[in-house]
Amino acid sequence: MRPPSPSIPEKEFLFAALKQSLRLDGRSSLELRPPILSFGPELGWVECALGKTRVVAHVEAKMVKPPPERPFEGMITIHSEISPMASSEYEVGRPSEEEITITRMLDKVLRRSDAVDKESLCVLAGQRVWHLRLTLHFLADAGNMLDCACLAGIVALKHFRRPDVEVIGDEVTIHPASERAPIPLSLHHTPFCLTFAFFPGSETAPVLDPSQLEQRLSVGLMSVALNAQKELCVVQKLGGVPLSMDEVLRIIDVAVVKAKELDQLVEEQLKQDWLGRNVELI
Amino acid sequence: MSIVLPGQHVDAQHVNLKLGPGLLQHTVNDGSTSSSILATRAGTLNHSKNRSKWWVENNSRRYIPAAQESVIGVIVQKAGEGFRVDIGSAQPASLDGLAFEGATKRNKPNLRIGNLVYARVSLAHKDMEPELECFDAQTHKAEGFGELKGGFMLRCSLAMSRQLLDSQHFLLPLLGARFPLEAAVGVNGRVWVKAQEVRETIAIVRCIEAVDPDGGGMDEAGVVDFLRTLGL
Repeated sequence: MRPPSPSIPEKEFLFAALKQSLRLDGRSSLELRPPILSFGPELGWVECALGKTRVVAHVEAKMVKPPPERPFEGMITIHSEISPMASSEYEVGRPSEEEITITRMLDKVLRRSDAVDKESLCVLAGQRVWHLRLTLHFLADAGNMLDCACLAGIVALKHFRRPDVEVIGDEVTIHPASERAPIPLSLHHTPFCLTFAFFPGSETAPVLDPSQLEQRLSVGLMSVALNAQKELCVVQKLGGVPLSMDEVLRIIDVAVVKAKELDQLVEEQLKQDWLGRNVELI
Repeated sequence: MSIVLPGQHVDAQHVNLKLGPGLLQHTVNDGSTSSSILATRAGTLNHSKNRSKWWVENNSRRYIPAAQESVIGVIVQKAGEGFRVDIGSAQPASLDGLAFEGATKRNKPNLRIGNLVYARVSLAHKDMEPELECFDAQTHKAEGFGELKGGFMLRCSLAMSRQLLDSQHFLLPLLGARFPLEAAVGVNGRVWVKAQEVRETIAIVRCIEAVDPDGGGMDEAGVVDFLRTLGL
């Protein structure tokens, strides 16, 4: 069942608060909810929480035969289905417009931005390549699931390590983690996605990382994906208010700073997790 | 206080026994008149001082309507003489256009889609749509029910909204001592609040979210400290 749109008092109050640059959760307009990353017992299992929004990402690797048109490249598939667990708004088997947007955006940010070096996933040309399968589970929706899912996905890829392989002639041997230390994926860069919401009226400034209510009442969303090296990967703006060039550039400047902060946070958390793990061979 | 699970027998005995939410009288069909009390939901078992009233308390987010409960609803549709109202239950409830104080055939309340109403559940049956009313059916007085104008509506867990209705609970008196506020608490997990200033309303919303057993369960001292950080 689709929930009814927010009531008139909620809408009027939110707009009045945003005019005074006040947000309901006490953040300033360009402040992210601090992302909380927790790692599971397996490598490549990450739960990312932005406030009450929670997404679990999980990476698995499988050895497959590559398609004949791309014999030297490994494969990556992203599975993301929003189940009614996230919110009663979502239904199984009937993707909403929002779900399609999230799926497409995840594909662009994580796969098509060439974050993972696909050629390094090739084991034996035309015979054996690694197939990475990234599964995203949306556990709770409290707004801005896209950024949360992108962050969870990229951190899972960084956290994941594939088993070591040995090729002798045409024979491929996979060494389990108990024999040889698993190898991290080779990543070209780490893109982060940041979403901004716009509201009617020129005096209301755009907000970063909209909450569920802000997202529903906004007149337009703009998602920017970029890495800490200031390389812009994706800019998505579907409909909504027209924006001037200066506005877009200003938003990208903000996103650059935030992406650097996110990058630092992710590196630190991954390092800490790695120190607490005993994966290396004794 | 003990914890019960659905289907568990509850040893409740009294000459004038009254069962509250989460309990069911189960009669055995073997000719005898014996009956037992079963729990129908998981939670903590509570009873009144003289052990005549028993109920199960738990926390959830999904509201199941029960008669005589006050709820906050959003008008989602106008339907002929009345309105369809979303109260967070599985089906929308219906609210008759004449179930308001002073409403007549000619003079009905003018509610628009998206308006908030504070109403009482007048009919709740598992096979029927819930019905609401915005007055006392005997006296025809509003008694606080009706449209909620302005302010803000927040959503919380059902246990939190029940706690707020408890006159012993610290939160609303604590906030009310600092600045004037209006509040309407619906047991469907919705609370409407209104204060003079936007930042005061935001403070109320954040305090309720912090105190909610679902999202932190802050105590009184914590709220006082929290309000200090908000500058109130």
